[in-house]
Amino acid sequence: MKTLFDKIWEKHVVDTLSDGTIQLYIDRLYCHEVTSPQAFAGLKERGLKPFRPERVTCIPDHNIPTLNQDRPIEDPVSKKQVDTLEQHAKDFGLTYYGLRHPKNGIIHVVGPENGLTQPGMTLVCGDSHTSTHGALGAIAFGIGTSEVEMTLATQCLMQRKPKNMRITIDGKRKPGVTAKDIALYIIRKMTTGGATGYFVEYAGEAIRHTTMEDRLTICNLSIEMGARGGMIAPDQVTIDYLKGREFAPRGKAWERAVAYWKTLHSDDNAVFDKEVVFHAEDIEPMVTYGTNPGMGLGIREQIPTLESIDETGRISFSKALDYMGFQPGDSMKGKKIDYVFLGSCTNGRIEDFRAFASLVEGKKKAAHVTAWLVPGSWMVEKQIKAEGIDKILTEAGFQLRQPGCSACLAMNDDKVPAGKYAVSTSNRNFEGRQGPGARTILAGPLVAAAAAVTGVITDPRDLLNE
Amino acid sequence: MKEKFTLLTSTCVPLPLENVDTDQIIPARFLKATTKEGFGNKLFRDWRYDKEDIPNPDFVLNQNTYKGHILVAGKNFGSGSSREHAAWAIASYGFRAVVSSFFADIFKNNSMNNGLLPVVVSPEFLAELFASLEKNPATTVTIDLPNQTITNNETHRTASFEINPYKKNCLVNGLDDIDYLLANKSKIEEYEKAQL
Repeated sequence: MKTLFDKIWEKHVVDTLSDGTIQLYIDRLYCHEVTSPQAFAGLKERGLKPFRPERVTCIPDHNIPTLNQDRPIEDPVSKKQVDTLEQHAKDFGLTYYGLRHPKNGIIHVVGPENGLTQPGMTLVCGDSHTSTHGALGAIAFGIGTSEVEMTLATQCLMQRKPKNMRITIDGKRKPGVTAKDIALYIIRKMTTGGATGYFVEYAGEAIRHTTMEDRLTICNLSIEMGARGGMIAPDQVTIDYLKGREFAPRGKAWERAVAYWKTLHSDDNAVFDKEVVFHAEDIEPMVTYGTNPGMGLGIREQIPTLESIDETGRISFSKALDYMGFQPGDSMKGKKIDYVFLGSCTNGRIEDFRAFASLVEGKKKAAHVTAWLVPGSWMVEKQIKAEGIDKILTEAGFQLRQPGCSACLAMNDDKVPAGKYAVSTSNRNFEGRQGPGARTILAGPLVAAAAAVTGVITDPRDLLNE
Repeated sequence: MKEKFTLLTSTCVPLPLENVDTDQIIPARFLKATTKEGFGNKLFRDWRYDKEDIPNPDFVLNQNTYKGHILVAGKNFGSGSSREHAAWAIASYGFRAVVSSFFADIFKNNSMNNGLLPVVVSPEFLAELFASLEKNPATTVTIDLPNQTITNNETHRTASFEINPYKKNCLVNGLDDIDYLLANKSKIEEYEKAQL
């Protein structure tokens, strides 16, 4: 009687120490330019080479501009970091998808869409949103740079086995509610540290009835409640998604792989260290009002009062509202916003652009709103154009930018100015995350679209019903 | 070889905020370096300085009241981004240990991989330590890693703390995982063969 997590974990145990520490084999390592240079340098200092170079994929995504990618990167420090990744990849014979490469984009978008991420794998990256890849039924988690170096050197990590949690979402989600809303609802209920120490499996009717893009969004945000990772058992959705993707198995190997993937589910009587159940009918379109992703609300709710907050948390709560320029008890609906960001490893996929376009079609961007629409990869960008979504967006007054992490963490030029409000489909509303002093309101693509055309926080269902 | 961690007695710097995320510890725009050096002066950059680089007198690191090698923080310290730069910044500023009632997982691992000891104490121990520090900023704390104890020398309360034996051994002896894993390479190759 095993959980999905246990089945994959046990298959990757190389050795177990007497204190229970596990030497875990890692099937795939993704490297981006920000958290890898010190790891590669460390490897060189030790006179080592990557142990299994064929298991490593390098993609610059954090620093890259989202305009004029055909020109050299203007910021010399960003350029050096991107060039450094390219050089290390070249020195060590690693796969590298650089700027303008058809497979460039955000590493957590590129991995799944090329079939590099597969069910049953263990997969790491020096990036906390590596949890994204769990959507395909893999154990995927974020690591630090020292651990990137360990993986490069030995394809292994020394790990304590995390506890198992299952989050079940029963029932059917209501119209106008996106996967992002489900995730923000879960994080609000669990709080920003509530799943720390756990690996989460998402299950239940509302999870089964999702697309792969939905699942990638939900698993992506697992880290925002502290979970090391999130995962969803592979099913027909997973198999259909992977079939024919470039690095997915083919022919006989495909049949063998599918047969194995079908065994990857929690057994009926598997015991979890913690079980949580939510009901999809309770979930409304969500927005955040504070400075961590657990500070979320249904779009028609009011910000909590100070009295309703635990005593030890009041300093942090007041600091958050002060930063955001909001008052306890305020309604979020109707608040004026300045920026809209559609993109990131959370919501930079084709379905997010379809959703955004479905709402803005036939409307116009609010004049005072600056909107950054950033596809998660060139593959997404190509699909946007193939479906004519770019035309809908252009007619509504929006411009499509080039792929990258962009305003999610503002390491490039896409920074929200101090004091301005941004409705962002990204994953973190931390102080200064989108630029020093920037105020982030996290939301799904429909809420972002509704804000973009009205200029204020708006329930997208009010516009969809028009 | 990394610096060994055994016994530490020091005054403390209190930061009684909860959910301090790694974006606050070290903002993303400072992550463009390709070496591990120089992050200490960017620690808590946007809380420590204003836009014009003028120190914020209200922030604890800018006050003479509190100094020391131990950072004492509210629960869920180090949440968010996996950036190891956060651990590098705290260590290079001069801290050897962080005390909290709860740490985010990745931050905890990153700290231990850099000789920075995360010490998990009960919420009561933490509240009492914050109170001691408020009453007497010269309060010292003793952390004994081999015996896994932490003492608030103001109230003489001692508590034991958990750390996994493997990591403890690495910290006490200044070893890292790569040393261990490289010595274990034959097992990795055996494992790979068994998968074919």
